[in-house]
Amino acid sequence: MFPKGTKRKFSDSREEPVAGGEDVNQSSLAAVRMLSSYSLQRQSLLDMSLIKLQLCHMLVEPNLCRSVLIANTVRQIQEEMTQDGTWQIMTQALSAANAAAQCSADRLVATEVLCRQTEAAQGEQVPKPFPVVGSEGCPAEEVLEEEEEAAAAEVGMTMSTVSPQAPTSYLPGTFGMDPCWEEEETGEDDDDDDEEEEEDSEECGSGSEGEERERDSLVEDTRTAEQVFGTFEIKNPAPSPDPALEELFSDVDASYYDLDTVLTGMQSVPKMGPYDLLESLSSHGPSPLSSSTSCRSDLNELDHIMEIIVGS
Amino acid sequence: MGEDTESSKVNHSFLRDYVTEADVISTVEFNHTGDLLATGDKGGRVVVFQRETVVGHKPKGELEQVGETGESGEYNVYSTFQSHEPDFDYLKSLEIEEKINKIRWLPQQNAAHFLLSTNDKTIKLWKVSERDKQPEGYNLKDEEGRVKDISTVTSLQVPVLRPTDLMVEVRPRRVFSNGHTYHVNSISVNSDGETYLSADDLRINMWHLGITDRSFNIVDIKPANMEELTEVITAAEFHPHHCHLFVYSSSKGSLRLCDMRASALCDKHTKLFEEPEDPGSRSFFSEIVSSVSDVKFSHNGRYLLTRDYLTAKVWDLHMEKGPVETYQVHDYLRTKLCSLYENDCIFDKFECVWNSSDSVIMTGAYNSFFRMFDRETGRGVTLEAWRETSKPRAVLRTRRIYTGGKRRRGDVGVDSLDFTKKILHMAWHPEENIIAIASTNNLYIFQDRVSPDTQGPDLGSNTI
Repeated sequence: MFPKGTKRKFSDSREEPVAGGEDVNQSSLAAVRMLSSYSLQRQSLLDMSLIKLQLCHMLVEPNLCRSVLIANTVRQIQEEMTQDGTWQIMTQALSAANAAAQCSADRLVATEVLCRQTEAAQGEQVPKPFPVVGSEGCPAEEVLEEEEEAAAAEVGMTMSTVSPQAPTSYLPGTFGMDPCWEEEETGEDDDDDDEEEEEDSEECGSGSEGEERERDSLVEDTRTAEQVFGTFEIKNPAPSPDPALEELFSDVDASYYDLDTVLTGMQSVPKMGPYDLLESLSSHGPSPLSSSTSCRSDLNELDHIMEIIVGS
Repeated sequence: MGEDTESSKVNHSFLRDYVTEADVISTVEFNHTGDLLATGDKGGRVVVFQRETVVGHKPKGELEQVGETGESGEYNVYSTFQSHEPDFDYLKSLEIEEKINKIRWLPQQNAAHFLLSTNDKTIKLWKVSERDKQPEGYNLKDEEGRVKDISTVTSLQVPVLRPTDLMVEVRPRRVFSNGHTYHVNSISVNSDGETYLSADDLRINMWHLGITDRSFNIVDIKPANMEELTEVITAAEFHPHHCHLFVYSSSKGSLRLCDMRASALCDKHTKLFEEPEDPGSRSFFSEIVSSVSDVKFSHNGRYLLTRDYLTAKVWDLHMEKGPVETYQVHDYLRTKLCSLYENDCIFDKFECVWNSSDSVIMTGAYNSFFRMFDRETGRGVTLEAWRETSKPRAVLRTRRIYTGGKRRRGDVGVDSLDFTKKILHMAWHPEENIIAIASTNNLYIFQDRVSPDTQGPDLGSNTI
C-alpha cells in the first residue's frame, strides 16, 4: 500500500514543471499524482493513528505497547512531513487561520465555504459527529481565501486547501467518536455549551448539537490521552492566544498538552495550542497545482473525511 | 443446547459459534514431565489436564510398570480452579482484568505440583495436590463430622486412614502482589528453583518463591520523562541452565541478554541482539512488525527463538549481529499491513515454541493455521486447528495459502483468511511430539503417531 524504496522528495516535484513542453507536464503531473497518492496515504495513516490513540478503553488500562508503537508511527510520519516541508506549511497556515478567527470566541470555526462544500458533497448523509458550526466570520473567510491563492502558487505539495480546511480539520477530532461514545454522553457540560450555542449560526442545523458532542468528545479525548500514556504529569498549560478560549476550555485536562508534545516529539515545531493537533488531522493532502481545481480537491478531501467517519 | 422438534429447522449454528469471551484461552503450558497441561483463560480460570496413564502391553516375562504411558495417552481434565478475580484499581479508576496472561510450572519436588499464574498485576503460586485417603474413626466426631455426644462414647478407637476417591485439591500458597505498575507480560522460573522473574512493559522484577512482600527490580527502562517513552519490554525468560542469565525482548525488535552477576540493576545489557534494518524495505510499519512478541530459549540453552509479526527467528547466543535463521510465517500479509493496522491485527502477539530436541520450531498464524519449521531442512508446513476439518484421531493434513501460480484444490486465498481465528498460544511437550494449540476457546492436542510402516510422523488429533 505504501510505495517502497525511493522516498519522494518535495524538491523533486518542484523542479519538474519548470521546464516547458507537453511531455514534461504529463510526467510531472504523473509524478505529482504519485506524490499526492503517497502523501494522501501517509495522511490517512496519520489520521488513523491519531484516532487509535484517542479511542479510549474506558474500563481497562490500554495496552502500553500498542500505544507506544502507534505513537512512534505518528512521530515518524510527522518527522517525514517536517522534512518534506508539509508540516511547516500546515502549522503556519493553521496559526494564520487561528489568528484570523477573531470574530468568534470559539475556535470551532467552519466557514460558509465549508457549508457550501458540504452541501455540494452531499450524496451521503452527513453523519452526526460532523459538527458544522457556522461562523460569523467574513473577515476570516477573506483571509483564508488569500491564503488559498498564495498557497496555490506552490507546486506539488501545495497546502492551498489547508485554509478552507482549517475549520474542517477540526472535525476529525470527532472522528474519534465511536458510536459508543455518543451513547455514553448524557449531555454533560451543558453550561459550557451555552456560550457556543449563542454564536452558532442558523446555517447548519446540526450545529449546536454537534457542538456539544464535539466538546464532550474533546473532554473524552483528553481523558483518554491521559490514560493512553498512563502516568503523564500535568504541566502548566501553554498560554492560549485567546483568553476567551481559555475560559471555554477551562475544564479540559491539561495533560492533553503533553500528548501533543509526545506525538509531535519535536520542540522545534511552533508550539501549538491544545487542539491544533486535532485540527491538523486529516485531509491536508496535496492538491493539484492550479487553484481552480482546489475546490474539487476540497471535495476530495471531504470525501476522504467522510470515508474516515464512515469507515470508523 | 437443547432444541425443540419445532425449531429443528432453525439454524442454530450461530449459537454454536458464539464464544463467551471468558472462555477464550489465553495461555497454555506443559509441566516439566509433560504429564500435566495447564490452560488459563480470560475469565481467570485455570484448567489442568492430566495425561492418561495407559499400562502398555509387554511381552510375557517383562515387568509391567504401573503408570507407564502408552501411545494413546489422552489428556483429561484433572482440575479446574478460579485463579484470579476481576479487580479494580481505585487510584486510576481502571479495572484490572482477570485474564491469565501466563502460567509456568515449577519443577516437581514432591508429590504435589506447583504452578505460577499471573494476570496483569498479580502473580499467584498454586499447589495442586491429590488426596486419596481420608482419616476415619474419630472419637469425638461422627461420620459426618458432627460432634458426638460424649456420653455415647464408651470406648476409644484409633483413627485410621482409608482410601477414598481421588480428590484434587488446589490451594493458593503465595500471592505476589503490588510488584508491577504496568501489565505483566511474562513470568519465568529460574533454574535455581528458588526464584522467578516477572516482566511488565517497563520493568522486570525478581522474586523469591517464598517471599511475597518483596521483590528485586532487575531491569527498569522507564524514562524519567514518560514523554520520551519509545520502547517497551515485550517478553522475558531465564536461561534454562544458567541461573544468572536472562533475556528480554523489546518492541523495537531487539533482544537483551543480561547477567545478574554484573550488577544488581541490569539496565545495561551484557549482549544486545539486533538485526540491522533493511533500508530498502522500510515502511511506516517497519517498527511495528519488528516488535518481538515472544522469546524462548532453546532446551539446550544455546539458541533463542523470537517471533515478530511476520517472521520467526533463531538467534545464536554467541552472535549478536543477527539471527542465524529466519522463517517467514505469513509473508503474504506484508502487502496488507495497512489493513491489519486498521483492524489492530498488526498488534497480535503470537507465541513460539521449540520441540524437545530443538530441531523444530512452531508458531501460530491466522485462520486457525499454525506453522512448523524443520530447522535442518529449513522447510515449513502449515497446519490447521479447526474442529470442522479434524476429527479425533484423524491425520492432520497440510494446508496451503494461495499466493499466485498454480492453484491447487484446498488452497486458501489470502483474502479469505479469517483474522478473528488466530492461534496465539501453544505449547510443545517437553519430551515427546505432543503439541497443544489454543484456538479461541478450544484446545487442540495433537500427538505424533509414529507407526513402523509409514515414512514419517503423522499427527493424530484429540480435540478438547
